[in-house]
Amino acid sequence: MKTPTDLDRRFRDAAARSGLLDAAYDTVESPIGDLLVAVTDRGLLSISFDPDPAALLDRIADTTGRGVLRSPRAIDAARGELDEYFDHRRRSFDLTVDLRGTTDFTERVLAELARVPYGQTATYGELAARAGRPRAARAVGMVMNRNPIPIVLPCHRIVGASGDLVGYAGGLGRKVELLRLEGVTM
Amino acid sequence: MMEDVAQRIPPFEAFYAEHRDVVFGVLRRTLGVDRADDAFQETFLRALRAYGRLDHAEHLRAWVLTIARNVALDVHRRTRPTAEMPEIPHVDGLPAFVELAELTDALPAKERAAVVLRYGYDLDYERIAAALGSSPDAARQATSSGVRRLRRETRR
Repeated sequence: MKTPTDLDRRFRDAAARSGLLDAAYDTVESPIGDLLVAVTDRGLLSISFDPDPAALLDRIADTTGRGVLRSPRAIDAARGELDEYFDHRRRSFDLTVDLRGTTDFTERVLAELARVPYGQTATYGELAARAGRPRAARAVGMVMNRNPIPIVLPCHRIVGASGDLVGYAGGLGRKVELLRLEGVTM
Repeated sequence: MMEDVAQRIPPFEAFYAEHRDVVFGVLRRTLGVDRADDAFQETFLRALRAYGRLDHAEHLRAWVLTIARNVALDVHRRTRPTAEMPEIPHVDGLPAFVELAELTDALPAKERAAVVLRYGYDLDYERIAAALGSSPDAARQATSSGVRRLRRETRR
């Protein structure tokens, strides 16, 4: 017998409220495509451009535990801030982030990344220097490539020394769109 | 590196998506339209509470149906104190330990569930307690008094 939609939703709400989930996720629509957003009780865990949850679910479960459930309500705060950002009503995010499982270096780089202001860019080398490792531009590139929380941790604002965009885990097209949205001229 | 994929416990979402319709159907038939919804929610919340401590992914359907059976019993007990145990249909192709459930049919509800979870699923008392919504001590007591009762029954 098919589970009624409203009962299904009520269970997903109740599970989110119960404090029993290791992580919750849902899809957020955006101008650069659907985003799969995952949160834990510590904060925002990941944003993925791949709308198919299967592979991501296993990865989240490996990080946080197996109690992972889709729950629209659980990501309301994240959805709200992302909607505002894409609607030009928000320039910085107030969400706390859950960076468990990342190395010290990665965490330092991501902390510096979070300080790169809206509408501005920095180079990989500059970010490396700010993180205390001036010659680690390449390693910073790797950290950008594996950034678990793109958009909120704005790796789209990091570009090559010559001003070229270099790359983006979500595809260069998205990097261009995000920079345009923030008014960066290229 | 080889990993035994079949044994891997799926994320709760996959488990829930796979079994929710069966659980809902069983609770609807057992409890009726009015009481099935709350019982459905309670069943999966109990499953969620115990889920992180499961050791293997075998018999997950039988496991969640055992929880559903218990939730249904609790509902029956609350609403009709003298009611008989509701009949929850068994699904086809259940593993051998379900024969244990046949053996334990005569036991009081709590003892029956505890014995099945302990010896059919090899759960420890903490997880049995989580599935039954009771304490580990109560789970241990229910299991051992169930076993004692079974011994007396089978000696006859």
